[in-house]
Amino acid sequence: MADQQLDTKGLNCPLPILKAKKALTAMSAGETLEVLSTDPGSVKDFAAFARTTGHELIDHDESDGVFRFVLKRAV
Amino acid sequence: MTADTAAGAASLDNAKSMSIIVTKGTLDWAYPPFILATTAAAMDVNVTMFFTFYGLGLCKKKLDLEVSPLGNPAMKMPMMGMHMGMPPMVGMLPGVTSMATGMMKDMIKKKGVASIEDLREAAVLSDVNLVACQMTMDLFEFKEDDMIDEVSYGGAATYMEEALKADINLYI
Repeated sequence: MADQQLDTKGLNCPLPILKAKKALTAMSAGETLEVLSTDPGSVKDFAAFARTTGHELIDHDESDGVFRFVLKRAV
Repeated sequence: MTADTAAGAASLDNAKSMSIIVTKGTLDWAYPPFILATTAAAMDVNVTMFFTFYGLGLCKKKLDLEVSPLGNPAMKMPMMGMHMGMPPMVGMLPGVTSMATGMMKDMIKKKGVASIEDLREAAVLSDVNLVACQMTMDLFEFKEDDMIDEVSYGGAATYMEEALKADINLYI
């Protein structure tokens, strides 16, 4: 359902954040990016990233060790 | 630091900045500066890295970073279900540094951690400013030709100017 998907499963800090940033930069304002990660640290990281950059974290959940984040590209 | 989410942090005037003095050149200590620099850049921070002394090794075109258990009593690596350190008497034997370096690189790859090469490339692509200390280049007789092209050269005053303006200044 998100406009774009990014699978970072198996990658460790800081790669999930770096790859998410790269994907978001190429997107238009308002578009959504769904990120999948297996890095437990990414839970706090994506919240901090969203707060600092203004790309809103509109959804997040976890199932079976896979963390899912949905970010909305800011203006 | 207050979160200014509405405007985002990306406007050039408001952007936060960070400087990092990088003084170590071993494989393990190469990670903190590059992880912090790339993550900060991803969070819209302007980053400058100053490489000096053994940190200059991180600027070389061909990276040959190593790690040694010798003199590193806190280095206890996961082996055979436990965490084990290496006795100094073993650590000084020929080939042990190579072996420890190989083992660490294997662990890094296995755990999906980025290589220093990849992190450095990510830093360059996100416009992290890389500056090498001219004095220690001369001191150790390193050649600019051996370093990646993206590095510029400066002295302590160059660093000071950046540090005075930066929100975060780190010494690693």
